[in-house]
Order: sequence, then structure tokens, then C-alpha cells
Amino acid sequence: MLAVENLEVSYGDVRALDGVSLEVPEGAIVAIVGANGAGKTTLIRTIAGMLRPEGGRIMLRGDNIAGLPSHRICNLGIGQVAEGRQIFPTLSVLENLEMGAMLPRARGEQAKNLERMLAMFPRLDERKDQAAGTLSGGEQQMLAIGRCLMSKPNLVMFDEPSLGLAPAIVQHVLQTIRDLNREGLTCVLVEQNVAVSLKLASRAYVLENGRVTLSGTGAALLADDRVRQAYLGM
Amino acid sequence: MMTVAMYLAVVLFARFHLDPLLMMLPIAGLLFIIGYVMQLVVINPFIARPEHSQFMLMVAVAIIIVNSLLIIFGPDAQAVQASYSFDSFALGPLIVDATKLYAGLAAILVASALFAFFRFAPLGKAIRACADNYTGALVIGLDVKKLYALSFGLGAACVGAAGAIIVLIVDVTPPLGPAYTLLAFVIVITGGLGSMPGALLGGVLIGLTEAMAGLFFTPSAKSMFAFAILVLVLLFRPQGIMGRKLS
Repeated sequence: MLAVENLEVSYGDVRALDGVSLEVPEGAIVAIVGANGAGKTTLIRTIAGMLRPEGGRIMLRGDNIAGLPSHRICNLGIGQVAEGRQIFPTLSVLENLEMGAMLPRARGEQAKNLERMLAMFPRLDERKDQAAGTLSGGEQQMLAIGRCLMSKPNLVMFDEPSLGLAPAIVQHVLQTIRDLNREGLTCVLVEQNVAVSLKLASRAYVLENGRVTLSGTGAALLADDRVRQAYLGM
Repeated sequence: MMTVAMYLAVVLFARFHLDPLLMMLPIAGLLFIIGYVMQLVVINPFIARPEHSQFMLMVAVAIIIVNSLLIIFGPDAQAVQASYSFDSFALGPLIVDATKLYAGLAAILVASALFAFFRFAPLGKAIRACADNYTGALVIGLDVKKLYALSFGLGAACVGAAGAIIVLIVDVTPPLGPAYTLLAFVIVITGGLGSMPGALLGGVLIGLTEAMAGLFFTPSAKSMFAFAILVLVLLFRPQGIMGRKLS
């Protein structure tokens, strides 16, 4: 579905991605693991059109989408649940969700989707008129996921969805991702929690200093000595 | 830009006898287009630059506008004499100028429309979302550049409406704009940056203070009282009366 080929991205003189290639098959959960500063968020933001690549291609179903502005890419069905959740704190929960459906692809079905989201996340329904900034971290993460799903994406990139959440809520978030995937959503998962994300993933890539150093099925990487040593502390 | 709108109103009135209050909407519409295009063409290239260079850009634009008006209209004050300019209404013991009453009503109308737009219209909410969290707006695919242009256009339209209204009360000269810019700055800081109710409250507060100071003290000292309020607010509530505390 999505194929990244030799992607190169720099911040000024600093090269953040140095020829990254990876593939996201339809219906898969693809995990990207790596240390802080390895380029995971850069990769996601470049695919989402928030950063401009210097080289390489990003192929979505055979079309190169590299360099398109973010609102065009979102409208092609690539959604993002960004690092730090990035909700709109002074807008109400309901307004946050509505904003997710501003894209032409989703505007017509806004009401229907809104109902679906509130049924899926009952906590959000309870608090729909509250300012989103007053929600707890876990609720904000649910809101970020719900807001993203309002655009009816085919592929969602999750950037550190469990960061800063209590363990019980982390389980809930990961379960949500698994459920969404079962319903047919293709997922890219960037997680600091390497063991969990490798278990979820059908395919995984290890990113180091802007390069893919290892790739394989989630289970294979979980068994790989280098991964166990570097990321699982075994 | 308010002065531009005021001169537009003056010209429309002098040439075609069109009432400024009726011309408020067309003038606002024209200023919207000017603002929208200006944001896209002039300001957008500067959006990633540091704030002081954005500020210099706006100062430059203001200087160009003031001096263009000076070239076109000359330095003399111009005014609109509407048919109702000398009418007044008696409300009990109060005698109210018709022009001021109409101007006030028109201002309330514009402010209500603006509030409703930001509260209920999807585009209005999207503009608030952009202001709330820029990255968040990019993440969900809002067209941020277009929304910025739209907000600047809206700002210009409001100023256009304000110009059309105020020309009934105040004579217009080319350098009038900067004086109002300073006043607007005082009002916004007093009310709280980024808060619409705050700006409204600040406006009423500063306006009443200046009027009362003129009445009870001396009109020439009215700005002193406005600035005193600004200093007090900055001392005891730096985020403004309705402003959010910055973490």
C-alpha cells in the first residue's frame, strides 16, 4: 500500500534520514523501533507531508506523494496520531472531533462518524462539551485517535501513542489499535515500548541514525540477539 | 487599513452619496480580499522568519499605506456629513447622538457576527484550532496557509467595517491609523491576548475610562488613565483580564 524508497531528509546541515526504505502492506501493523533521535518522528512527519524530503520517493498505491502538502496527503487517506497527542486544548471534545473531519474526503459523513467515535470511546461522549485540555492524558490520547479516525483514513501512523500514560491505559490504547487493525485499518506504529510493539506487528524495522539497520517479521526481531540486547535489555 | 476603509467611505459618500453604514458590508468585503491576498503574497513568505522581521514587514506596510493615502488625499481632515449627522434621541434625561447610536449598534452587530462565526462555523472553529495548536492543525490536514489568509482577511474586513462606522464620528487624516493601532494594542493587552471576550471587555473598559477621565478630569489627560489601567493590568495580571496563563 505504502512504500518508502531511499528517503532523505535533513534539518539544515544535519541529516535525519539517510536513505530509508520500507514497505507497509495493506492491512498490516508495521512497527518502527529505534532510540531517541533515530529519525522515527522525522520519518512519520515526512510521510505526512509536514517535512519536505530532499531525495527518495513515497509511493502510495503507485503514486509518488513525496513533497505534497499535508492537507493533500491527509485527504489521500493517510492519518496520523502525532507524538504528544496534539489536540486543541481550548476547543471542546466535540469540536476537536469535528476538526478531524474537515477534509473533503470526510466532510459528508461527519455526523455519522461522530456518532461512531462517541460509541467507540464512551469517555469522550461523557465529556463532549468539556475543553479538551481538561481531559486526562489517556482521554486525550483517545481523543487524538478519535479525531484522526474522523477523517476515515485507510492508513494511520501512530507516533508514541503510549508515551506518558499509566500502564492500564497503555493496554487500552494498544488494544484499540489492535481492534482497528482487525477492522481493516493499516497501521504504522512507532513505540518506545519495543517488546509490545514487536508483538503487535506483522513487520518491523529498526531505525538507527537515520538508517534502517534491521527488518523482518515482528517475531523474528523479537528473537534477534541484537534487538534483545539494545532495546529489550536482555 | 482602517484609514483606507475610512477614505473609501468618504469617497463613496462624496461621489455617490452612499451612506457609510450601508457601505459597511461592501467595504468590509473589499478589505477582506485585500487582507487575504496580502497574507498570501506578502506575509506568508515571512511566516517562518523571526518575529522582529515580521514586525518590520508590518511597519513597512503601514508606512506605505499612510504615505500613499497622503499622496492621494492630501493631509487635510475629511469627513462624512450624513443626513442624520445632527439628529439626536432623548432617552429620558440623556440625549444621544444619532450617529453614535447607529455606530454603536453597527459595532455590536459586527462583533456578534464575529463571535457567532468563531463559535459555530466550521471554518471559524478551524481558525481557533490553528491558533490553539499549529502542529495539531497540520497533523489532521487543515490547510493552515489558507486558514491564515482567511483570518487575516477577516481581520481586515472587521477593520474595514470599523472604518466605515467610525468615519461618521471621527474626521479622517492619513496618519490616523497608528494612533488607533496603539489604542487597539492597549485594549488587547488589557483584555488578554488571544481572548475574544477579553478584547471586547478591554475595549469597553478602556473606552469608558477615557470618556470618564475626559468628563471628570480633563480630556487632554484621558490617555493617561488608559495607560494607567494597562500598567496596573501588567503588574497584577500580566496575561490580561481574560487571558490564559502561559505555562
